[in-house]
Amino acid sequence: MEKSQRPLSPHLQIYRPQLTSVLSITHRITGVALVIGTLVLVYWLLAAASGPEAYASAQALLGSWLGRVVMLGFSYALFFHLCNGIRHLFWDVGLGFELKTAYASGNAVIAVSIALTVIAWALAYAMRSGP
Amino acid sequence: MNLRTPLARARGLGSAKSGTHHWWMQRLTAVALVPLSLWFVASLVVVVTADHETVILWLHSPLVAILCCALIVAIFYHGQLGMQVVLEDYVHTETLKLVSIVVLKLASVLLTATCLFAVLSIAFGG
Repeated sequence: MEKSQRPLSPHLQIYRPQLTSVLSITHRITGVALVIGTLVLVYWLLAAASGPEAYASAQALLGSWLGRVVMLGFSYALFFHLCNGIRHLFWDVGLGFELKTAYASGNAVIAVSIALTVIAWALAYAMRSGP
Repeated sequence: MNLRTPLARARGLGSAKSGTHHWWMQRLTAVALVPLSLWFVASLVVVVTADHETVILWLHSPLVAILCCALIVAIFYHGQLGMQVVLEDYVHTETLKLVSIVVLKLASVLLTATCLFAVLSIAFGG
């Protein structure tokens, strides 16, 4: 069969990923992760409403090393989805579509979301070791 | 030739009869969640490291309780809109797609009610 000269749609295994496409799928992945993360919010709020004992066991579970790793993941997912979501809102009003701007905003999303995660956890640890 | 009536075209609601409603609500909840989620995470940084009494006192504040309720509604509304798109994109069996979206919608309403109940029971509790 003669090879078509028309452009092919990206074949994921051999297509070199760009920043823009990676951030796009990461936005979706973090969105799904955050929906799963809402179950932690439900559990935490119910535990708080149930009383000190239930809250203490929820805190123990979420504060264990595994709980902290999972919460670190959820917090980064939240900050990433938040920052990239703002990037999407600018696109929605027609701003920032130039290739250079799209890459600059993409890099900014990565930098700011990492920075916010570090700041949030640093503050939480500083609060804990305080009074 | 366009077979649609001028009124149908003017309403712009398309074949799904909902027009840009899904898109618009996703953006509206996104805009609401920018300040709400930043406020919530900033609060959690303080609250989560303290004891049960601190959480209860925190949620006794009317402003905190109201913002928490707004956050809960916005989170689950936004989440189910996003998940619906994901399911529509990746679930190719028509029946499974329909069932999963119905379960998603009902579960998100149930979880919203559960979270609101928890917040309000603390806010109005002794």
